[in-house]
Amino acid sequence: MNMVAWKMLTHERAKYLGLVFAIAFSTFLLENQTSIFAGILKRTASQILDVTDAEVWVMDPSTQYFEETKALRDTALTRVRGVPGTAWAVRLFKGIPVARTETGRFAQSIVLGLDDATLVGAPRKMVLGTWDRLREPDSVVIDRAGYLLLYPGQPLQLGRRLELNDHAVTIVGISEAGAPFASFPVIHTRYSTATRFQGLERNQMAFILARPTPGTSAEALCTSIHAATGLRARTSAEFAWDCIRYYLKNTGIPVNFGITIAIALIVGTVVAGQTFYLFTVENLRQFGTLKAIGIPNRRLMAMVLLQGAAVGAIGFALGTGMAAVFFDVFRQQVATRGIILMWQSVALTGGCMVFVVVLASVLSLRRVLVLEPAIVFRA
Amino acid sequence: MNPSRPAVQCRNLRKQFGDGDTRIEVLRGVEFTAQAGELTFLLGPSGCGKTTLISVIAGLLDSSSGDVEIFGTAVEKLDPDARVRFRRSHLGFVFQQYNLLPALTAAENAAVPLLAAGVKPREAVGRARELLGKLGLADRADTLPSRLSGGQQQRVALARALIHGPKLVVCDEPTAALDHATGESVMELLAGAALAPDRAVIVVTHDTRVLPFAHAIAQMDDGRILGVDRTQRRTAPAHSH
Ligand SMILES: Nc1ncnc2c1ncn2[C@@H]1O[C@H](COP(=O)(O)OP(=O)(O)O)[C@@H](O)[C@H]1O
Ligand SMILES: [Mg+2]
Repeated sequence: MNMVAWKMLTHERAKYLGLVFAIAFSTFLLENQTSIFAGILKRTASQILDVTDAEVWVMDPSTQYFEETKALRDTALTRVRGVPGTAWAVRLFKGIPVARTETGRFAQSIVLGLDDATLVGAPRKMVLGTWDRLREPDSVVIDRAGYLLLYPGQPLQLGRRLELNDHAVTIVGISEAGAPFASFPVIHTRYSTATRFQGLERNQMAFILARPTPGTSAEALCTSIHAATGLRARTSAEFAWDCIRYYLKNTGIPVNFGITIAIALIVGTVVAGQTFYLFTVENLRQFGTLKAIGIPNRRLMAMVLLQGAAVGAIGFALGTGMAAVFFDVFRQQVATRGIILMWQSVALTGGCMVFVVVLASVLSLRRVLVLEPAIVFRA
Repeated sequence: MNPSRPAVQCRNLRKQFGDGDTRIEVLRGVEFTAQAGELTFLLGPSGCGKTTLISVIAGLLDSSSGDVEIFGTAVEKLDPDARVRFRRSHLGFVFQQYNLLPALTAAENAAVPLLAAGVKPREAVGRARELLGKLGLADRADTLPSRLSGGQQQRVALARALIHGPKLVVCDEPTAALDHATGESVMELLAGAALAPDRAVIVVTHDTRVLPFAHAIAQMDDGRILGVDRTQRRTAPAHSH
C-alpha cells in the first residue's frame, strides 16, 4: 500500500509541489533567520574569541560586556600577576577613536592596544603583512573589512597612513579579524601607541588578559583572581556568553529576530500544515473507499504518515539546500562574513518540520480514522 | 439451479440515525435473505433505506438492533479488526460513483484488494491485468481513471470488486450513472463474472431495465422489505427485449 500512498501524494502535481515548496520555504526561512541571528549574536563576542593566547579576561566588576568597559586601575595588573596560578597577565587597551584617511573618509573604529612586550591578543589571521610589525613605531594592523570601508574599491596595500583622533599611524598589516557587532574597523596596535591618541581619558586599561599556570584550570584561576582582587574574571567562553546574553537581554535584536522566526514558523506551519491537512481531507473519499475495501486503520495511518514524511523530507532537503547556497554566497560578502548556516539551525528547523508534519498528519488522520466508510455509498 | 442456501440473512434489522427530535428510523425491522449462487436485486423508491441496508450488511455501518449473518458469520459480533479482515477477504463493492483512486491506473485500482491482503504489487497488478482482459479492458489496463469512460470505470470497479474472489459482492446503483447500453453491458459482465455457486451478489437499483438479470427481486419501501419476487431468470438477458 506504500505504492498507493506515494501515487496518491504525487498524482496532483500542483498540490504536491505546493506542499513541498511550503515546507521548503519555511525550512529556508527558519534556517536562514536562526543562523543569521546566531551569527550576529556571536559577533558581539568576536573580539573575545579572536584572542587565542589568553584564556582569562579580567575586568572591572561593573564591566558586563565587551563594548562598554570601565577602566581598571594601573595597580590591578600587579595584583592579578600576584594571584597564585597566574602564569602571566598583560593589559589590553580598548578605545573607539575616529579613523580618518588622507582623503578625508572617516569611521569610528575599535582600537585594541596590545601589551608592548608580548603583543598578546594580536590577530592571528593575517591577509597581508605580519602582526609582529606592530613593533614598529606608530604602526597598526587593520581588518580587511575596515580597510575596505575606509578605502572602498581600492586594492589591499600596506604603508597607507591613517589618523586616529588626529594621531598619524601607518598600516603595517591587514587582518581577518572576526566581524564586530557594529561594523567598525578593528584596529590593533601597541598599548603605548593606543594611549597616545586616546586624548582625555588617560587610563584605558579595559581588560587584563591572563593565562593560568599548567595544572590550573581557567575557571579555577578566575575564581582565585576574583577572590584575591575583587575584580571580575571570566574565561574566554564565559565572557563571550556574557556578551551574547547581554545583547539578548538588553537589545531589541532577539525580539526582532524572534518575530521573524515566529512568523516563519507560523507561516510555515500554517501553510504546510494546512495544505497537507486539506490534501488529506480532499482525499477522504479515497480513504473511505480503502476503508470499505478492508484496509485497517493502522495501514491508513501508515499511509498518511508516509505521505507526510515524504513531503517533509523532500521539502526540508530542498529548503536546506537553498539555505546552504544562500549562506555560501553571502559568506563571501564583507558585510555578512563569518555568518554561516549552523548545524544547530538545521537541526532545530528539522525538529520544527517534523513537528509540523506530525501535527498535520495527526490532525488529518483523526478525520481518516473517524471516517464512516459507509460514505462511499453516498454521492 | 442448486438448492439454495442463504448467503445473507437479516432478521428484524433496525437502524436509526440521530436522537430526540431529529431521530429517524431508516430500517424498521428488515427481514431479508439472499441466496448463494444468485443475483438478488434490491428495489425501492429513493430514500427508502436501500443504501443503509447494504451498508449494514457489508459491515460498514452498525445496526441499532437485529441480526445480520453472511454465510453464517455474524459480522457485527466480530471485533473491529476481524470485521475489517472479513470485509477485506469476503466482500466486494461496486459503487454508483465508481470510487476509483484517481492516481492509480486501471490495473492498480483493480489490484487494491490484493495489495491490501499483502500480495506483492507486481503479482497483484499482473492478476488485475488478467481480470481486466476478461472484462474487455485489456488495452486500458495502464490508463488512469480520468481517461476512461463511465462504463470503463465501472468495469474497473467491477474488477476491483471481484479480484480477490469475495463471497458477497454488494453493488449500489452500479448502472445509475451510465447510459442504457453501457449499463446493460456492465450488468451483463457482473452477472457473468460475479456469479458462482458459493457466491452471492446483491444489487441495489431503481433501474428497471436491468431487472431481467435478477434471480430474486426484493421490494423495499419505508425501511422494510415488502416481499421477494423469485423470477425465472432468462438465460440470455442481453437479448431479451
Ligand atoms: N448518516 C445518516 N444520518 C441521517 N440520516 C441518514 C443517514 N444516512 C441516511 N439517512 C437517511 O436515511 C434515509 C434512507 O437513506 P438511504 O439508505 O440512502 O436510502 P436509499 O438508498 O434507498 O435512497 C434517507 O431519508 C436519508 O436521509
Ligand atoms: Mg441509495
